[in-house]
Amino acid sequence: MAVGTETPVTAPTTSGRTGDRGIWPHLVALAGVAVILVAVGQLVPAGEQPLLVRTLVLALMAIGWNVMSGFGGMFSFGHAAYYGIGAYTSVWLLTTHGVSPWIGMIAGAVVAALVAVAIGFLSLRYRLKGAYFALATFAFAEMLRLFVTNSDTFNRASGYTVPLRSQSWWNLQFRPNSPNYYYVVLGLVILALLITMLYLRSRSGRFLVAVRDNEAAAGALGIPVMRTKLTAIALSAAITSVAGTFFVQYYFFIDPTGAFGSQVSIQAILPAVIGGVGTIWGPAVGAIVLGPLSEWTASVLREPPGWLDLLAGRAGLDVILYAVLLIVIILVLPKGVYGEIRDRLARR
Amino acid sequence: MLATSAGLAVVVILVVIAVLRAGSATVASQAVATGLMTGAVYGLIAMGLTLIFGVLDIVNFAHGAFLAVALYVSFVVVDNWGLHPVIALLICVPLMFLLGAAAHRGVLSFAIGRPLENQLLLTLGISLLIENVLLMVFGPNPRSVALPGERSYDVLGVVTNLSRVLAFVMALVLATALYVLLQRTRLGTAIRAVAANHTGAELVGIDTRRMYTLTFAIGTACAGAAGVLMAPMTTIQPTSGEVFNILAFVVVVLGGMGNVVGALVGGLLVGLTEQLGGLYFPGQSPLLSVFVVFVLVLFLRPQGLFGRRS
Repeated sequence: MAVGTETPVTAPTTSGRTGDRGIWPHLVALAGVAVILVAVGQLVPAGEQPLLVRTLVLALMAIGWNVMSGFGGMFSFGHAAYYGIGAYTSVWLLTTHGVSPWIGMIAGAVVAALVAVAIGFLSLRYRLKGAYFALATFAFAEMLRLFVTNSDTFNRASGYTVPLRSQSWWNLQFRPNSPNYYYVVLGLVILALLITMLYLRSRSGRFLVAVRDNEAAAGALGIPVMRTKLTAIALSAAITSVAGTFFVQYYFFIDPTGAFGSQVSIQAILPAVIGGVGTIWGPAVGAIVLGPLSEWTASVLREPPGWLDLLAGRAGLDVILYAVLLIVIILVLPKGVYGEIRDRLARR
Repeated sequence: MLATSAGLAVVVILVVIAVLRAGSATVASQAVATGLMTGAVYGLIAMGLTLIFGVLDIVNFAHGAFLAVALYVSFVVVDNWGLHPVIALLICVPLMFLLGAAAHRGVLSFAIGRPLENQLLLTLGISLLIENVLLMVFGPNPRSVALPGERSYDVLGVVTNLSRVLAFVMALVLATALYVLLQRTRLGTAIRAVAANHTGAELVGIDTRRMYTLTFAIGTACAGAAGVLMAPMTTIQPTSGEVFNILAFVVVVLGGMGNVVGALVGGLLVGLTEQLGGLYFPGQSPLLSVFVVFVLVLFLRPQGLFGRRS
């Protein structure tokens, strides 16, 4: 059997169902969620803002990953490349040319999409599938990390600190703990969800799902397989790169490991898998589960209940609990939280 | 055999270029010697991984964490108990076998047939779990193990030491043992049958789930052996295994997945690439050239070095 004739790696959980009831229920839900989350921004105390922002950044990364890997069935284990490109492009433009992060965001998305198309074209041209495709994407992300780490142009391993400028929307800088950061990333997440929905409804998006579910049949029907896949890859990379741009502006610092490290690729995958791969809402739901989870495990073990007293203050324990919960969630909910709920409802 | 001779030819060319780049035969031969010695260890680590990848089709990112466990076992046995590393090997290999079996039975066996990202994240979860257990028990401070009777050798200006030579020899021995196990025993035949055709193996009465667990356990035991052998030449930290995990994947690709002898050859090639890459591109990380080779092999030799069994 040739490398190219393997079954799709991502189970087609949504096969043919993406557009069944049309886009309107999703759009209404999106509007509802937007209203609720804006209200949440008003109600939540300033101390909780960082958690909300981090959760939304996770969601944004995973929404991007999901387009290529969930709906496209091309498992990327190298989305750190695009997150990092988004972060580095904008911060480089800002520090060396004083360009607004908003322009940097667009530039980053364009560069990320171009790089993704190049990597994707090579990988698809040489017919890599499944684990091999994943390892190739991983290798490219690592190569970028090593290149940036050793490149004088990009400050080598020390990375960039975002210079303080006047606080304004145009500069994407606000006073510390300003709710505006939350509203910006919320807007980006909602925009990404909207784009995903419209894309999946478009001709190209429907082609993508068809190609994922049966590439040979789709090709025989005249669908331009390569172009369809590359479109998805470009969109996916662009969305994830925006998360990178935003997070640098929010965190004021980026280094090669924080931008291109394999940890970042994992962060793009996890929410989607926890929430439901190949579903519109999965990545966002997964981020809402995951974002607070590590925070929660850390706080539980900082002040453990009585019977767990002996465990207090041991380094690593919170991550152990996190890892166990992660394993259990993946084992118990193979289709993800959202995927599982949707399938239960559909069966009724 | 074609791959072997092609590989040899490439190596010879690379070495010649390295001699020209470095401008000194001693520098180049030192790089070759170090590369081969380190490469044998990479091969050893990758043997277990290639078995798991080839038979279970799991992209196992917990392999490095298992390696780290073995490093710490070696540390406890040699440094705390004052016993010889050979005894550490005798303790570590069965222990890692059991740990691997437990990890597969307890977690991964429930995910047989699940999508790739599902299984990959499970191995990442296991890796996170193990690394942080190690962190909790041993703390973050780096440890080291001294090989009793450690000495260095100087052959025509090329310097090496006992632990490297030992690891090199043991890697060859273990590769042979594993090869015999897979090719000549009933168990090995069953494992290969499962790898070649899952359904067919079940039809002739092989308990595939048990074979998966055994394969994972054997693969993890290989990481155990590798851990003990490389303990004297590495810094022992909870996350020490990660970089080797990545290198082992490169080796698996080079050698062809499921191919134990290929893993050894691939390990030597990666070791060489790393050392010679340092000579070719002095400013860059040696890992960069490893990844370049990795991607080239993925693209250009997908059938030969990395193709799926038909």
